[in-house]
Amino acid sequence: MSASPYDEMRTPDGAIRPHYQAFAQWLERTPAARIAQKREEAERAFHRVGITFAVYGEDSGTERLIPFDLVPRIISADEWKVLDRGLKQRVQALNAFLRDIYHEQAILKAGVVPSERVLANSQFRAEMQGFDVPQGIYAHIAGVDVVRAGAGEFYVLEDNLRVPSGVSYMLENRKMMMRLFPELFATQRIRPVQHYPDLLLENLHGVAPAGAERPTVAVLTPGAHNSAYFEHAFLAQQMGVELVEGQDLFVQNDTVFMRTTHGPQRVHVLYRRVDDDFLDPRAFRPDSMLGVPGLFAAYRAGRVTLANAIGTGVADDKSIYPYVPDMIRFYLSEEPVLANVPTYLLHRKEDRDYALAHLAELVVKETHGAGGYGMLIGPAASAAELEAFRKRILAAPGTYIAQPTLALSTCPTFVESGLAPRHVDLRPYVLSGKTVSLVPGGLTRVALRQGSLVVNSSQGGGTKDTWVLAT
Amino acid sequence: MLSRTASELFWMSRHIERAENTARLLDVTYRMSLLPYEVIEPGLAWAEPWAVPLITSGLATEYYRQFPALSAENVLRFMILDSGNPSSIFCCLRAARESARAVRGAITSEMYEDLNSAWLDVRGYDYARIESGGVSEFLDWVKMRSHQFRGVTFGTLLRDDEYHFIRLGTHLERADNTARILDVKYHTLLPSAADVGGAVDYYQWGALLRSVSGFEAYRKIYSDVITPRRVAELLILREDMPRSLHACMNHIYETLERLCDEHTHEIERAAGELHAKLHFGRTDDIIRQGLHEYLMDFLERISALGDDIIRHFLDPA
Repeated sequence: MSASPYDEMRTPDGAIRPHYQAFAQWLERTPAARIAQKREEAERAFHRVGITFAVYGEDSGTERLIPFDLVPRIISADEWKVLDRGLKQRVQALNAFLRDIYHEQAILKAGVVPSERVLANSQFRAEMQGFDVPQGIYAHIAGVDVVRAGAGEFYVLEDNLRVPSGVSYMLENRKMMMRLFPELFATQRIRPVQHYPDLLLENLHGVAPAGAERPTVAVLTPGAHNSAYFEHAFLAQQMGVELVEGQDLFVQNDTVFMRTTHGPQRVHVLYRRVDDDFLDPRAFRPDSMLGVPGLFAAYRAGRVTLANAIGTGVADDKSIYPYVPDMIRFYLSEEPVLANVPTYLLHRKEDRDYALAHLAELVVKETHGAGGYGMLIGPAASAAELEAFRKRILAAPGTYIAQPTLALSTCPTFVESGLAPRHVDLRPYVLSGKTVSLVPGGLTRVALRQGSLVVNSSQGGGTKDTWVLAT
Repeated sequence: MLSRTASELFWMSRHIERAENTARLLDVTYRMSLLPYEVIEPGLAWAEPWAVPLITSGLATEYYRQFPALSAENVLRFMILDSGNPSSIFCCLRAARESARAVRGAITSEMYEDLNSAWLDVRGYDYARIESGGVSEFLDWVKMRSHQFRGVTFGTLLRDDEYHFIRLGTHLERADNTARILDVKYHTLLPSAADVGGAVDYYQWGALLRSVSGFEAYRKIYSDVITPRRVAELLILREDMPRSLHACMNHIYETLERLCDEHTHEIERAAGELHAKLHFGRTDDIIRQGLHEYLMDFLERISALGDDIIRHFLDPA
């Protein structure tokens, strides 16, 4: 990497970019002591509200706060226009792809996506073959990770189509910023995101099984020990629907009911935050304690809608990712608005040879991995780590992909020594139902360690409020 | 509403109420222990002030398993901070907060934040800090947190099933506690009841009343010396006394009338019967039956009622 990365706030010669001007002026005027005091206030409030996440692999029940940074990530109106168009386009194509591979498989027959990549994929659910889901929508909620690199071009890093999380932080971060610095919102036109839960609920109502006039929606959570439990509870509360666990539900005559104090009550739509494998011990993992026996049969009978659908994981698999631009061309006859990161598929000999020769420059990820676990960042790895990874790749090349290490854009961030640039990404949330929509914004994650490119909260990343300006 | 949600809310409020009652009991004991007292019947466990909170909560056996002897510090440690004693204030607040967290969507965010901050605060206490800050100050803080949470609940929660199950938990726990306190204190105080008017006696009865916030009410209603008979009347039959059995049963019965339908009619009937006993009961009859017997009968019935509520509403098969 030669030049310093794109900075969201400043141009390479140090000038403030137009959409950061108002904020920069405010920052200059505001005494450091007030900002320090607000930082403490924010931390206390997050603790009290209980916006914490559980960390796997540490003591059970560990709850940690995701560090919140006070400098917002600001996106200009023009930049957002591009993102909005590109994200909708991408998610539409992904939904078309899912519908296709579980029906006619036209894209496989046309040879655009290799059949074996799809059909032999562990995330492909043969059980979904030929089954029509309401509105033809599979990924009702998609969290698409976008980064900026080079001179500021956007790239899609991955498509999260299973149970993407983080939207509660988008909402709580905004609430916090408005509470701490109302003056910023009074003087700038920042587009609101607070209506996300309404949009989500409307979206879920729209995909209810036919005939349900006033559909009952519920959020299905694995329980209070799940790392994203706060979010499950938060969304249920914001939508005014029940938060249920597997034990609260039962299936009778292919119909799903909740156990309530007034007897059984039918559920039409489950916004499920439980992975496919654990949904129904009869259909999938028999040892699952989180699921509901018979749920899959009720789903196949069209008596309940699951959001997201079962089997979406095949489309956000990292080995399918390289084909998304072609899907857009295939299904929509459009050119992709947002670019992919060049990706080497390590089951291919030529890609693998290149990657192994350039391991120290590349990022290597597991095709099924998520959350920043089990990945190699070449430039940051020791010789021993590189060697260990080389062996892992050679042992199972099909389970890895490699990408060039992108110089992710940076955003000024409060660190111990004051403001310093830190790498950021962006996860907007795309909702698909009768229409495709997204609120202007998303979750900005920031790598708090100097030079680090890993923004995942499980790996010590923080978050920022994300502003999309109206003009 | 979901049965599991109802169950968590019911236990959330029971645990907060229990934390408050434990604080009340310890506070009174602490104040009593500062007075000179004479052992009326040597060897009688409940004649020792520090044994009273253990006996009232039914935890004496558990206590002696851990500690060789009775001492203020040990009882306070056991009843406030012991993470192995499910009735300790620490455990009650933890359990209440865990329940709230499990169903945080069912309560208002103000309620959750209030309870969560109480929990975060109590985690910061150890014995040295409680002692240096003052035992009574700490116990007052626990009571105030309970008052505050009840206030936030009252002031923010929709009057829906959520609210009703919370109320049910509070009053079942409170009724149970008042009956126990009265029973234990009655045992303790009875031998000296003949010397009404003695200084120690005055403090003993005063302490009992204070532990249920009844001292000022007693003064206001009776304007006279404290007698066991009137204390029993105040804490059992007076429905205008917020911690009396009658007042608790008013809330419980009223709540069950709303919650019960044709399938759960039997619960409503049992609550109604118990309520009627208090509503139409007479102090003379209670004394004639024997206060201890009367209270034992009440505790048995209220516990059966609690079991029925759990079986039908909270944990249906």
